[in-house]
Amino acid sequence: MNAIKLETNAYSLFYGKFRALEDISLKIPEKQVTAIIGPSGCGKSTFLRTFNRMNDLIPGVRTEGQALLDGEDIFSMDVVALRQRVGMVFQKPNPFPKSIFDNVAYGPRVNGIRDKKALDEIVETSLRGAALWNEVKDNLGKSGLALSGGQQQRLCIARALAVKPSVILMDEPAASLDPIATQRIEELIRQLVEEYTIVIVTHNMQQAGRVSDYTAFFFTDESRTGKLVEFNLTRKIFTNPQDKRTEDYITGRFG
Amino acid sequence: MQNKLQVDKAVRTVLLISASLSIVIVVSIFIFIFRSSLPAFKEFGVQGLLGELTWRPANGSFGILAMIVGSVMVTLMALVIGVPLAIATAIFLAEIAPRGVQAVVRPAVQLLAGIPSVVYGLFGMVVLVPLIRRIPVAGNSGYGLLSAAIVLAVMILPTITSISEDAIRAVPRAYTEASLALGATHLQTIFQVLLPAGKSGIVAALILGIGRALGETMAMIMVIGNSVILPAPLNDNPLTVFLSQARTLTGNIAVEINYASGLHASALFATGVVLFMLIMIVNVSAHAFLNRSNALAN
Amino acid sequence: MTEQELTPMKPADLRASSASANLRKRQTTQKLSFGLLWLASLIVVLVLVVVVGYVFITGFKSLSWDFLTTAPKGGLSGEGGISTTIITTIYLVALILVIAAPLGIGAAIFMIEYQEQTKAGGKFVQALLQAANFGVETLAGIPSIIFGLFGYALFVSTLQFGFSLLSAALAGACLVLPTIIRTTQEALLTVPVSLREGSLALGATRWQTISKVVLPAAIPGIITGIILSVGRIISETAVFYVTLGGSYRLPNSLLSGGRTLSLHLFYLAMDTNAFEKAMGTGAVLIVSIIIINLVIDLISRKLSAGVRQQQ
Ligand SMILES: Nc1ncnc2c1ncn2[C@@H]1O[C@H](COP(=O)(O)OP(=O)(O)OP(=O)(O)O)[C@@H](O)[C@H]1O
Ligand SMILES: [Mg+2]
Repeated sequence: MNAIKLETNAYSLFYGKFRALEDISLKIPEKQVTAIIGPSGCGKSTFLRTFNRMNDLIPGVRTEGQALLDGEDIFSMDVVALRQRVGMVFQKPNPFPKSIFDNVAYGPRVNGIRDKKALDEIVETSLRGAALWNEVKDNLGKSGLALSGGQQQRLCIARALAVKPSVILMDEPAASLDPIATQRIEELIRQLVEEYTIVIVTHNMQQAGRVSDYTAFFFTDESRTGKLVEFNLTRKIFTNPQDKRTEDYITGRFG
Repeated sequence: MQNKLQVDKAVRTVLLISASLSIVIVVSIFIFIFRSSLPAFKEFGVQGLLGELTWRPANGSFGILAMIVGSVMVTLMALVIGVPLAIATAIFLAEIAPRGVQAVVRPAVQLLAGIPSVVYGLFGMVVLVPLIRRIPVAGNSGYGLLSAAIVLAVMILPTITSISEDAIRAVPRAYTEASLALGATHLQTIFQVLLPAGKSGIVAALILGIGRALGETMAMIMVIGNSVILPAPLNDNPLTVFLSQARTLTGNIAVEINYASGLHASALFATGVVLFMLIMIVNVSAHAFLNRSNALAN
Repeated sequence: MTEQELTPMKPADLRASSASANLRKRQTTQKLSFGLLWLASLIVVLVLVVVVGYVFITGFKSLSWDFLTTAPKGGLSGEGGISTTIITTIYLVALILVIAAPLGIGAAIFMIEYQEQTKAGGKFVQALLQAANFGVETLAGIPSIIFGLFGYALFVSTLQFGFSLLSAALAGACLVLPTIIRTTQEALLTVPVSLREGSLALGATRWQTISKVVLPAAIPGIITGIILSVGRIISETAVFYVTLGGSYRLPNSLLSGGRTLSLHLFYLAMDTNAFEKAMGTGAVLIVSIIIINLVIDLISRKLSAGVRQQQ
């Protein structure tokens, strides 16, 4: 197994009084794709957003336990520095109402890179990395919003790559895309994992099976509190689940 | 049954008539003011009214250029003073104020909007004018552009603040999240994503603020001095132009209409026509921007 | 948004020292800028406190029961109280609302409730509706002195009502009409469509549905609009300055002139040396506006509590 990139220990999260996650201990290996699956509302997004502290934006959120990046405590890091190391791609493509170039150059620019040549280079590498370069290279001045949904999502991935993170979090990145665009994203994920640690939330079992190396299965009961049921190599989860609930979920016995 | 339907029809007609009233009033305002201004336009021509500096009703001079300049100058100065405060407050309220602080600042802005303009005028006369009179420049009475602009800045601030705050809040949350997730600071997110995305709404807020400023009457009469002169520096220092007295278009109408007659009255209506046209341009462009920002938000 | 826990960086976080220098710079900029934003808002609140505080403190000396209940005596010294101007203000508020409220509410009902009928109702009604929307939008942006000028031309001169309560009320009604129409429109829009459909489905006519179902549900919003208009009338001066005449005596008919509180303040400030009395009048005005704001706040709080209950 690779080195551990992300880790939680006895991690719990509360929205006010409501406990959304309870006692989650998980080690996510470096340069692998880890899928998080589970029924709606079991806290997958909440868990994912722990690693770039997006939950900080929500008033009344409180956590217990540990969350680590490269062995360092995420909550005592500077949040801006953390987010430069941990990029994120959202469920709905959300390019800024700016040109394609400005979208990709946003991260480097806020980080202080002003040099036009350096920016050109970063934009090109990032767009290539996101398999979008060939489609847009003649139109970098066009608005990012003018692209198709699948292209927008790849633009968002390019935008995340431009910051040179080591981890990319993806929250159902293909949920709003058609099958062909979805396939391209999945191929892209397999390419990216050569260099990045990827954590992806997905509702689609086949997708989890196709793209991920490891899978974490989250579950919740009437309490609505999310718990980790099982974590293992994707292959093993799908062929030989240890927990009855995992098996039921994977074979489609839950919604 | 028949009766019930008849009532329904009658009511509909009555409501239809009330609904048409607003446009009837707009048209009547337009007609009455234009019609009453016609004699002056016939006598002096557009050039003679809008292009002439001298306004001396007793001698039959009715140039309103000085008032146009006065209105425009005091409005611009009020914008320079008020806009930074207004937008800063809007950003503060939309993005960084803790709830408890919002609960103080927002009602304060609301109350600023509600205070009658004569109260602002009075405050200006009693507090501001004596303060500004202390600036040691010969011919400085305290009454003038600077006092008026400060008063006006406070009066347009609530309009600009509340519309800009709405514009900033209307920016989709996804943009904020995307920016922060890319390692931008909150401040960078505000200036590089939220403000550009809310631009149309903020511009509309500014234009509506300009409309309010051009239309303000009583407070201006009370502090601007009302001399019909083209604002000019009081000495070699060009900055002393801000201490110059002036008269606004609105002030011209209000101060003289009650005792004017004949051509004099007609020239005051012509002043109204100019004001009306300026305001129409301002409002139409504000609505164009507002519609655009609504379209963007959806 | 609470993004402010800027904890200091640990040495282990520093990947490259230039990146960390850049980050520190950005965070310093952010702290300074947020400081400036706090300062700006503080200034705004201070302006309010200073204006209101000054008016209260200086006006307080002249404020007394006597001041409120004796009539002004006119003249250069501004002797007397403000009783007649309070009463004139009340007269004018009542008159304007009697004229503008039914018309404004009626207009809003037509513009919202008869919309889909309008689509079927032919080009004329459709054009009229568009014109009405344009009219409201335009009226809302016209400065009050223009309403004054219009009132002067039409009511004072052409119709020969002279400087009078009637002229002022008619001009004032034009001024507050867009406020009433807009707030009523908003109130009607918050009434769920399902309520209307339920009533129509039971065989009620449109007007029965509106009067029995829609209006009762929209009442608090409509009242808010009317109270807003009261505030607008109390603070307005320019319109009445050129239509109401300005006599400090109590008007004894629709055709006699008078002065409102704010008009009185203006005359005191411009024509007399009675600044303290002007400030006292200003304090009375500000108190009324504060009360009006509080009432509106109360209603809207009740309203949103009601909405939450329904959900
Ligand atoms: N901002 C919030 N405030 C309060 N509760 C929240 C908030 N966001 C999420 N929750 C609750 O936390 C729980 C987990 O939500 P989360 O969005 O993480 O689930 P999820 O597994 O991502 O669901 P889905 O598959 O539908 O995206 C849910 O019960 C949800 O209602
Ligand atoms: Mg989710």
